[in-house]
Formats: sequence, C-alpha cells, structure tokens
Amino acid sequence: MAELKKTPLYEEHIAAGARMVEFGGWLMPLQYTGIIEEHRQVRNCTGLFDVSHMGEIVIKGPDAFKLVQKLITNDAARARGDRVIYSPMCYPDGGVVDDLLVYPQGEGEYLLVVNAGNIEKDVAWLRDNAAGLAVEVRDISPATAQLALQGPRALEILQPLAEAGLSSLGYYHWTRGRVLGVDCLISRTGYTGEDGFEIYFASAEAPALWRHLLAAGKEMGLVAAGLGARDTLRLEAALPLYGHELGPDISPLEAGLDRFVCLDKGEFNGRVALAAQKEAGVKRRLVGLAMVDRGIPRPGYPVLAGGREIGYITSGSYAPTLGKNIALALVAAGTIGAGAEVEVSIRERLQRAVVVNLPFYRRPRK
Amino acid sequence: MEFPANLYYSKDHEWVEVEGNRARIGITDYAQESLGDIVFVELPQVGDELAAGDSFGVVESVKSASDVYAPIGGKVIAVNEALLDSPQDINADPYGKGWMIELEMSDPAEVEDLMDAGAYQQLVKEEKGE
Repeated sequence: MAELKKTPLYEEHIAAGARMVEFGGWLMPLQYTGIIEEHRQVRNCTGLFDVSHMGEIVIKGPDAFKLVQKLITNDAARARGDRVIYSPMCYPDGGVVDDLLVYPQGEGEYLLVVNAGNIEKDVAWLRDNAAGLAVEVRDISPATAQLALQGPRALEILQPLAEAGLSSLGYYHWTRGRVLGVDCLISRTGYTGEDGFEIYFASAEAPALWRHLLAAGKEMGLVAAGLGARDTLRLEAALPLYGHELGPDISPLEAGLDRFVCLDKGEFNGRVALAAQKEAGVKRRLVGLAMVDRGIPRPGYPVLAGGREIGYITSGSYAPTLGKNIALALVAAGTIGAGAEVEVSIRERLQRAVVVNLPFYRRPRK
Repeated sequence: MEFPANLYYSKDHEWVEVEGNRARIGITDYAQESLGDIVFVELPQVGDELAAGDSFGVVESVKSASDVYAPIGGKVIAVNEALLDSPQDINADPYGKGWMIELEMSDPAEVEDLMDAGAYQQLVKEEKGE
C-alpha cells in the first residue's frame, strides 16, 4: 500500500495529541478529546475541522461550462456568480463517480471540490471527458488547504477575523476575503447539519491560520474536531458519504438525491440511465432507521422486513445529539415506509428498528 | 494510565480480580482509552459457562465493535447490568464501576497463565510502540 498522505496540519494534530486514522489514503485526526464531546461542541458551540484532504480541481477554458454540465447531474447553470451547487457526478450507467461542490469562478472557470479518496480517479475521469473540448483540468489539491468552521457560533467567531461581509453571505454562496491576513475563498457550506463556513487557501498558510483561528475562537468555545465527529454529525443530518450511500453501484436517485438530478437540463453523463430509472421507479431506496432494541447498526448489516431480507445498512452509529442508535439503509423500494418496523441482523441476532423520516436531525431555525 | 498491582491481565486487555474462587473481569484502562467513547455493551447471561478464550460480550465505541474474551473459564454468577444503561462507566472507571462480569472459576490455576501488572504494562508499551 502506498504511503498515507498527510495534510499540512499533520504536525499540529500530533502536537494536539490527536488520535490519527487512515481515511481514503490519508492520515487524518479521528479525535482530539473524544468523538462525543467534539460532536456536542459543534452542535452547541462551534468546531474547527481540518478537511485539507478534500480535493480541489480547476476547470478552465472556453468549454468549461460545457464540460461541467456534461459531468454533473445537477444543472451547472445554477452555479452562477457567488452561488455554489452540490451535485453527484455519474457514469453513463447512472452509478456515481463522486459527489462534489461546484464553485463558479467567473467566465469559463469552475472550482470543483471532491472527496479525498477519489481525487486521482476524478482527475482521470475529468480529463477523459474533456477530450476534444477547449478546457484545461488542473488538480490544485496539494497547494490548497481547507478548514471547516461549523456550528451555531461560526459566524460570530469568523466575522471579526475576516475582511468580508459574512453575515449577508447566504447558505451555499461564496466570497473572497482575508481571514487573519490570509487570502481565502469562503463559502457558507458544510457537512455537519449546522451553520458554518468552509475556507480554502494556500497550504503554506495552514499551520498559522489553524493556530490563530483556534486561539481567536477559544473564548467563544471553539475546539478542534476530528473525522469521528464529522461522521456522526453528517449521519445525523443524513448527508451521504461516498463509499457508503453513494458509489459506482448506487445511483443518486436510489440515494434520494432526486433534487440534484436535473433530467431536463439537456444531455449529460448518466441521463439516459437515470431517466429510465425514474420512469420505471428505483429498485432500491435509502431510508432512515432508529433502533428500538439494543444494538448499533453498522455498515453491511442485513435489514429484514417480515422475515425477508430487504437490504443493508450503509452507515450507522450511536447518534450523540439524539441519544439513539441510528442508520441509513438501502432497501428494496416500496417494501417499507415511515413508521414501519424492520429488523437489523446484528451479530446473527434480529433487533427491531423503526423507519423514520430524514434527516434524523435538523438544526433549530433562528 | 493505571495498572493496579492486585489484578491479573490478559493479552487481549482484560483484567481479572480474584477473591477466593470468584473472579471479577473487565477491560483495562489502556483498552478503554484505545476504544474511545464506549456507547454500547453486550453481556452474557448469569449461568452461562465460559471457557478461557471464549468471547463473552461486545464493547462498542462510536467507531467500532470489539469482542471481549474470558481470560479464564468458569460459570457466570453476576453481570454488571448498570453498564447496559451507562456503558460510559467503562471509560470513566474501568477497574471499578466499569467491571463487566463475575465468574465462579472452573480452574483457579488458570490465572497463573495471566500477566501481572508489570508484565502487562510492558506489553502496552510495546503495543504503543514506545
């Protein structure tokens, strides 16, 4: 196996006593003090995540729009001005290459933010698709650091440190501005179900910016948070994770991402297959489960209804905010609806669970 | 990290406290720290017969599930049911409130195959790569 990659903040994590784990080919902080404590801190206050492992790819040239529109299932025309969009990126058969964020960067240029474990695959896929188009595909991941500041106090913490108007920055919008003197692209996005920002800047600035942000936010309760909390937070918010809820063998329609699939936008990779799925009805559907009996549903565990296996768990965990064991499961469509009782096979024993509406957690609106 | 001198230790990171022919069993301080926040515990039934090396339960952290093995054999005479509702006791007090089961030992000589605190501490050092 190739050597694990490290973010520019690796030394900071080690110095902070973080427990490091492998994730998507990267050595990342799982936790600093504890997953549950960090999870609660993000929900109740704010946490700072190093997400520099994420990939950043620039698409530039006269055919940039054409390429992006061909690649993604969402409508690239929606990514305009300061508007960021989320989208799956599909193979012709409707399976998912990756899911990503699209940042329009003015005429003929886009920034795509992709999953860490998929960077090389995505770059190759983008270049294949760019053949014959007047467009350049450039991987700027190594030169780019990314931090996610997530939680109800994120705005209050970041605004005084940023030379940009953040309170007027809407959800899924981006701007440019300095944060503690460092040039950044700042977007009001995240992967936790909370308000917050994702900040992109030059890798070389990462250690100083990380330290200064944590120090500046300390009084307001800001803490470093690891991938463990990031995973439990995104699960409560029912946000899909590539390799679990999305993959080459799972379509975005099966994953319940219908609103990010624009079948009427014109031709794109996967349109024919996805239109056929939509027409015939998907065979499988992602549902939320809350355990009734004791036990934690883990990825791969079988899900049964009326004694018959109907699918499997894609992600499952103890949910710190809810105090319950929850899971996302991919099950045969039409077999069960909200309120239905199912069973999860946990270590060969059938444990009862109930189908619940998604997301499991929605942040209180101000 | 604590390694109480009055206990016996297994290579699977369980501890055993012997009193007469009764043995109380739990997981070590090092084990709980490695697992992280413990959120679920599965325990055997009173009356179950265990042989040394049998899995007698499961301890789950937020991220993973781990089997727990009986360091010695015997009949289960008590289980710590309080853990079912407060599994975090294992994190907070692994050698006290975090105990898991009590056995009536089938062969008290089996404890001689376990480690003392010094030997176990050495094992932990090696596992941590120190």
